[in-house]
Amino acid sequence: MAMHIVDRRLNPGGKSLENRQRFLRRAKALVQGAVKQSSQDRDIKDVLEGGEVSIPLDGMNEPRFRREGGTRDMVLPGNKKFVEGDMLPRSGQGSGKSSGSGEGDGEDSFRFVLSRDEFVDMFLDDLELPDLAKRKLAEAESEGLRRAGYTTSGSPANISINRTVRLALARRVALRRPRADAIAQLEAEIADCDEARRIELTAEIDALKAKLRRIPFIDPIDIRYRRFETMPKPVAQAVMFCLMDVSGSMSEHMKDLAKRFYMLLYVFLTRRYRHVEIVFIRHTDRAEEVDEQTFFHGPASGGTLVSSALMAMHEIVASRYRPADWNIYAAQASDGDNSGSDGAAVSQLLTEMILPVSQFFAYLEVGEAGGNTFDMSDSSLWTLYQRLRAEGAPLSMRKVRERSEIFPVFHDLFQRRGKQEKVAS
Amino acid sequence: MTATAARLFEGADWDFSTLQRIHDACEEIARSELRLDTYPNQIEVITAEQMLDAYSSVGMPLFYKHWSFGKHFAHQETFYRKGLIGLAYEIVINSSPCISYLMEENTATMQTLVIAHAAFGHNHFFKNNYLFRQWTDAEGILDYLDFAKSYVAQCEERHGRQAVEQTLDAAHALMSHGIDRYPGKKKLDLRTEEKRAGERRAHEASAFNDLWRTVPTGPAKSTETLNIERRRKLLGVPQENLLYFLEKTAPRLQPWQRELLRIVRHIAQYFYPQSQTKVMNEGTATYVHYRIMNRLHEQGRISDGNFLEFLQSHTNVVFQPDFDDPRFSGFNPYALGFAMMQDIERIVTNPEDEDREWFPDIAGTGDVMAVLRNTWANYRDESFISQFLSPRLIRKLRMFHLHDDPEESAGIRVDAIHDERGYRRVRRELARQYDVGYIDPNIEVVDVDLAGDRRLMLRHAVVKGAQLNEVDAKRVLQHLADLWSYDVSLVEVDATDTVLKEHVVSPRRHAVAA
Repeated sequence: MAMHIVDRRLNPGGKSLENRQRFLRRAKALVQGAVKQSSQDRDIKDVLEGGEVSIPLDGMNEPRFRREGGTRDMVLPGNKKFVEGDMLPRSGQGSGKSSGSGEGDGEDSFRFVLSRDEFVDMFLDDLELPDLAKRKLAEAESEGLRRAGYTTSGSPANISINRTVRLALARRVALRRPRADAIAQLEAEIADCDEARRIELTAEIDALKAKLRRIPFIDPIDIRYRRFETMPKPVAQAVMFCLMDVSGSMSEHMKDLAKRFYMLLYVFLTRRYRHVEIVFIRHTDRAEEVDEQTFFHGPASGGTLVSSALMAMHEIVASRYRPADWNIYAAQASDGDNSGSDGAAVSQLLTEMILPVSQFFAYLEVGEAGGNTFDMSDSSLWTLYQRLRAEGAPLSMRKVRERSEIFPVFHDLFQRRGKQEKVAS
Repeated sequence: MTATAARLFEGADWDFSTLQRIHDACEEIARSELRLDTYPNQIEVITAEQMLDAYSSVGMPLFYKHWSFGKHFAHQETFYRKGLIGLAYEIVINSSPCISYLMEENTATMQTLVIAHAAFGHNHFFKNNYLFRQWTDAEGILDYLDFAKSYVAQCEERHGRQAVEQTLDAAHALMSHGIDRYPGKKKLDLRTEEKRAGERRAHEASAFNDLWRTVPTGPAKSTETLNIERRRKLLGVPQENLLYFLEKTAPRLQPWQRELLRIVRHIAQYFYPQSQTKVMNEGTATYVHYRIMNRLHEQGRISDGNFLEFLQSHTNVVFQPDFDDPRFSGFNPYALGFAMMQDIERIVTNPEDEDREWFPDIAGTGDVMAVLRNTWANYRDESFISQFLSPRLIRKLRMFHLHDDPEESAGIRVDAIHDERGYRRVRRELARQYDVGYIDPNIEVVDVDLAGDRRLMLRHAVVKGAQLNEVDAKRVLQHLADLWSYDVSLVEVDATDTVLKEHVVSPRRHAVAA
C-alpha cells in the first residue's frame, strides 16, 4: 500500500501563536499584575529578557462537571500483605493513594514563560507618552500625501492608464465604434463579388471608416488622473537627550540608577516611534557630547555647571534636530549639586530654549543607596526646578535612591492620563 | 538467528529512504504474519515545537482558534522546558490516511518502534474496532476540522471575537455532556455534515423575508393543554446530550451559535471512542510493535545493539509501579493492555487447566492472531477486562480491591485480593473503573417549565454518594444558563429519588444568547 512521508519540520512555526495571543489577551489584567510584581526586584536587562510569571487561574478555568466524595472502590496493583477483610487506616502508610484528592486540584495558579516582547509590552502597556510641553508644535506636523480616488484634471505624471483605457473601452463599446477587423472583413469580401455588391460594400466601408474617425480611440474625456490629498503625517521619529552630571560627587551607584532610567526610556520610546536617536551629553563645569561608553564609564572630574549641558543640548537641537521633524525628549540625571551662581542661567535656558521645543523633560535626582528618599534634603538644583515648576514650567521630577525604585518612578511618570493626574513630588 | 535480510539501518541516524524501508519491512510482517487491516499510512516528521503544538490542540493537525489551547500550550511548554515532562514519541490520528507524527530527534530504532506501534498497531485498531466504526468518520474528520476552523473564523469576523469566545467557552464546559452514548442514531458522516451546514446557511439566506416578522401570530396556545407527556416528547426529554438539547431547543440562540455547539458536539463524539478504549488501543499497539520488532530482529534487519535499545524503551513504556510506589498514578494502560494481550496469547497457545475452565472458548485454539483480531474488533476496555482478565494475570499483578466508605470510621476495607474468592470481584471492579457510564456523572435534562419561567431542569443521578464538586458545577451551570438564557436548575438525587442538593443559576446579563 502506498505510504507518504511528509516533512513538516520546515513548516512555519508558531502555529499556536494566535491561541497564545488570545490567551494573553484574556489573562491580560492578571499577567500585567504578575509582570509588575516580578519587575520590582529585577534588573533592567533581566526584565527585558521576559521570563516566567505565575498568575492565578481566575477566569481562566475550564470547568467540567466532576464528582467527589461518596464511597469509592478501586483496584490497585502490587498487593504485598493484605488479605480480604483487612481494615487500612485512612491516609496512613500504604493506603495513601486511596484518599488522594480529586483530579483538577493544584491547578489554581498557573505558571508559564513570557517572551521578551510580550513582557515589555505588558509592562509598558498602560503607559503613554506625555505631550506636556509641545502642545502648540503638535499641530505643525509635516504633511504627507495620500491616494484619494481619481480626478479629470491633473499633471500628466499622474495619469492613470488603467482607468483611462477602461473608460475609453466603455465609451467605444457604447458608441459602437466599428472594429478594425470588421472593416478588414468587408474589404476582403470586396475582392471577390459582383459590381452591385461592390458599390454597396464600398459605401458601407466608407461609412464605417468615417464613423471610425469620428469616434476616437481615446478621447480627452476618458482621461483620468490619480488624485492625491495631503494629510497631516505624525512625526515618527524621536531624539532622546541624556544629560548627566559626571562630576566627582556622582558615584557609580548614582550613574547606575541613571543608566537604568535611560534604558527604560529608550525601550519605551522605541515602542512608540519608528526611529529613535540618542544623544549623550555629560557635563562637569563644561559639557560635551560623548558616546555611550564614555558617558557611563569615562572618568571626568571638575566643578558642576548644569547650564553648560543645557547649552550644549540647545546647540545640538538647533544644528541637527529641527523641532518640527523630531520629537525631543530629555532626561537629566544629577545628584543635585550645582554651582550657586548658575541658577539664573539654567532657568533662562530651560524656560526659553529647551522646554518650548521638548515633548518631555524629566529630571531625576539620584542619591546614595540606603537613605530614605523623603529625608533627602532638597538640593540646589531640586529647589530651582521646583520653583520653575511652580511658575508653570512643564517639568517632571523624581528622586531615586534604590534600584528597585526605578520601575515605580518610571511607571509613575508615564502613567496613562485620566487615571491619575500627574502631581509634583 | 538467521541473518538473511540486510539491516534496515545502522546506528541511530535515519533519512527518508530509511523510513520508507522501515515502513515496508513493518508492513510486510503486519500483513503476512499478523494479517492486520490498516488505513493507508501517512508519516509526518515534526519538531519538538510542533509536537507541543499538537498537544495543545488535542492532537489534531488543524483546529479552530481558542484561548484555552494557548493556555495548554503555555503550560506544557513550561513543563517541557524545565524538563519535567518528555514529549510523546508519536501522535497518531484516526483518519484515512492514518497520520502518524514522528519526532525528528528520535533515533532510527525509535522510529521503527513508533512506525510499528502507531502506523500499524493503532491504525489497525482504528479501522477495525466497532466503537470507532460506529462513531467516527476517519475519511471525513480532517475536512470537517478544516470546515470548523474556517467557520469559527467566519463567525468571529461577523459576530465579533468575544461573542464567539463566550459561546465556545460554554460549549467546551459541556463537551463531556455532548455525546450520544447509545447507537441508534445515524453514523456520523462529517463530509455530509459540512455540506449540510452550508446548505442550511444558504437556505436561511434565500428564504429570509423580513415581512414574516411583522405577521401577527395570534394568541398563544394555552400551555396547560399540552399535557406533560406530550411536552416532554416535543422537547425530546429526558436527554443526556446537553449540547444536542441546547442546539435544538435553546430559545434564544442565533443560528451560528447552534452551529458552533454542533461543531463542538461532533468533535466530542469523535473522541468518545478513544476514551473508552485506552487500555485496548495501547495494548494492541504495544503488542503489535513488540511482535514486529522481535520479528525484525530475528530476520537480522535490526542489529543486537539496536534491539537492546528498543527493549529498554519498551520496558519503560510498559512499566507498572506498585500502588505504594511514589511513581504510581493508576494503571498504566500500556502495561495493562500489553500484559493482557500477552496473556491471551499464552491462553490460546499454551493453556493451563485453570485457563480451560475460565476461557473455554479460546483456550488452546492455537490461532493467536485470529483471537486477538476478533477481540480488538469487538470489545472496549470495560467489556475486554471483564471478559479476558485472567486469574493468572490478577495474581501476577497482585491486584486487590479497596472499598472506601466515608461512613466507616475504622478505615478502608480490603474487599478482595488475588485469591479464589476474589478473582471475579477484582475483575468486575476493575472493569467498572473503565466504564464511561460509571466514570462520567450521569446528568440529563428532564424538563422545561414552559408554563412558568422557562426554567431548564436537570437531574444528576448520584451514584455511590458522589456528588458534584460545587464550585465547578456552578461554573458549568453558569455557562449552561447563558446558552439557555433563562434560569437553570440541577437537582442531585440518589437512588431512592431523595433530593440531596439543588443548584440554581441565572443567566448573566450580557449573556451569550441575544
